[in-house]
Amino acid sequence: MSIITRKKGASKKKAPASQRTWSIGFLTLAVAVYIFYTYIVPHTPDGFQNQIQTWFPPSALNEALVWVIAALGLNIVVGYAGLLDLGFVAFWAIGGYTAGWFMSGFFYQINLHFGSESAKSFPGIHLSFWIVLLLGALICAFFGILIGAPTLRLKSDYLAIVTLGFGEIIPQVFVNGENIHGFNLSNGTKGISPVDNIGLFGKRLGPFDLNYKYMIFVFMAGLMVFISLRLRSGRLGRAWLAIREDELAASMMGVPLMKTKLSAYAVGAISGGLAGVAYATHVNGIFAERFQFSISIILLAMVVLGGMGNVWGVMVGALLIAWVNSTGLPALGNEINSTFNTNINFPSYTFLIFGGLLILMMLFRREGILPESRLKMVLHENDDDVENEAPHRNISEEEAL
Amino acid sequence: MALDSAPVLEAKNISVEFGGLKAVEDVSFDIPDRSVVSLIGPNGAGKTTFFNVLTGLYKPTSGFVIYNGEDITGVVPHKIAEKGVARTFQNIRLFGLMTAEENVMVAMHSHLKAGIIGTIIGSPLQRREEREAREEARALLTFVGIGKTAMEFARNLSYGDQRRLEVARALALRPKVLLLDEPTAGMNPQESAVFVDFVHKVRDEKNLAILLIEHDMSVVMKVSERITVLDRGMKIAEGSPADIKSNPRVIEAYLGKSAEVNK
Ligand SMILES: Nc1ncnc2c1ncn2[C@@H]1O[C@H](COP(=O)(O)OP(=O)(O)OP(=O)(O)O)[C@@H](O)[C@H]1O
Ligand SMILES: [Mg+2]
Repeated sequence: MSIITRKKGASKKKAPASQRTWSIGFLTLAVAVYIFYTYIVPHTPDGFQNQIQTWFPPSALNEALVWVIAALGLNIVVGYAGLLDLGFVAFWAIGGYTAGWFMSGFFYQINLHFGSESAKSFPGIHLSFWIVLLLGALICAFFGILIGAPTLRLKSDYLAIVTLGFGEIIPQVFVNGENIHGFNLSNGTKGISPVDNIGLFGKRLGPFDLNYKYMIFVFMAGLMVFISLRLRSGRLGRAWLAIREDELAASMMGVPLMKTKLSAYAVGAISGGLAGVAYATHVNGIFAERFQFSISIILLAMVVLGGMGNVWGVMVGALLIAWVNSTGLPALGNEINSTFNTNINFPSYTFLIFGGLLILMMLFRREGILPESRLKMVLHENDDDVENEAPHRNISEEEAL
Repeated sequence: MALDSAPVLEAKNISVEFGGLKAVEDVSFDIPDRSVVSLIGPNGAGKTTFFNVLTGLYKPTSGFVIYNGEDITGVVPHKIAEKGVARTFQNIRLFGLMTAEENVMVAMHSHLKAGIIGTIIGSPLQRREEREAREEARALLTFVGIGKTAMEFARNLSYGDQRRLEVARALALRPKVLLLDEPTAGMNPQESAVFVDFVHKVRDEKNLAILLIEHDMSVVMKVSERITVLDRGMKIAEGSPADIKSNPRVIEAYLGKSAEVNK
């Protein structure tokens, strides 16, 4: 409720749609997409089905939803609390390996089955997907706090550098984790595969049950939106924003800085872990060399491009960038190559394009595609079309206090 | 007079050094419960630094801060705030991109109990707590005279309203002591005159002690029960407004040596 009223006060000109409208829109669209892929596409002509497979394959949609889940978590850290985190891939990786450890035959010495639909004779630890999600969340929260506790004392630039370091270290641990004093933690570069299929209501989802996975991922993304909005409108969310706005003033108003920052970091880490588990089931395995720095950067681009602090903006940004990355660019490249008879490797220009896009955004639309209304106000306050009664500050500008 | 009551906050022999600079030097000072006392002095005298010591932002090089009989020297700022020492800032420091209401509610953080889980599921306890906090915030905004601005972003408020919002936010801590750092800076004489009554209203209705840093002498003389004068980090005088007005050392500190000769 509070969010709706707050939004009203935010910009008098164009009142942004309320959170409720957005939520209903999200659910409606999710259901429409499901109906489209499950019931409509199979009955369309082959030509159309091919086009869909080229431009909007259902697997790309599922993958995009995984990105949404992670980006929403990063949004809590960066968008709400204002802590620049350049190593978010660490949590994605930890979540992935949680799935690898507890949902596969990797620990073949052990034979433990619980809630999993996989055959009882398979060796290894086979827990239910839902339990593994919970484990992934817990383990990532633990590592979030472990990493956050020493680093969150740092000022923002240093924090960015240290998180970048952790984002490199943790995947490296997995890359080299084949033999840690005789213990195989990660199977090194060979990775862990296959991962158990998700069990849903007694049904075992195969790799081609994309529509069920879609539902599960939509549910997870929706859950992250819900959690973000609930937290944002409550005591903790206010404290996060206060820290983002003025850390010193926040501490003088009784907000414990470390604890509050840590909680943002932990909640973010949890969603990174959920995304990691989801991703492992999506690609049906965990492969160490995939957890690259670029994932952290892409996630950050999703948050910034979409509109820092606004969950819906972040969702749109994540879907868009994930699509360009996985499908849009290769498909467009093929189209161009075959039309003009060229042979350009378009996907290799991904980062050039993202970089260019980010620069353009920073030049023309710094607040992102769907900005948090409050951010928009700052960035456009000198524009002629936005009326604002800027406070006439005539106090001495000497010191910060 | 409130001056005879027991001190709620005491500073004992506080010194603060920055590198070689002695910003505050051996200053002892107390704030009697429910009093209005002022701290004055020329620019750079060390007044704000002294505030920063009281609120835990700076650890004094030597000396102690006692609050309600408890030594709070070196205690972290948010704990001191939680105990009931609230402040405003010389250069307004609001949470610009939060509404006035949210600004006030941030300062209720330490009174509220909802945890992460309770907030996510919206437990009855959390909902009630939020509703009450919101009502309290509205009441505080009305109390300081800006009830209509609850839903506006702090950065969009007029300068005077921002000053008021800072007071409302500080009051949300339910403090026993309120430290105001140059609250009338930027106000016109009319607003300043109203401010004197406002300070007394806050003290009487919220039952707290107020320590004021103030440059406007007409305000200081009217509002204060006791005035302490700092100059170059040292306490050079303390007494009633009448005493301070005629104290040669104070006049000298403010106007330089010649003033004394001319007098
Ligand atoms: N963090 C700091 N580091 C170094 N020097 C400081 C710091 N804070 C204050 N000072 C110095 O300490 C002295 C006292 O400053 P302070 O801000 O306390 O003065 P003030 O009495 O509040 O002055 P004003 O009336 O201008 O606000 C000044 O010389 C100032 O430059
Ligand atoms: Mg000062």
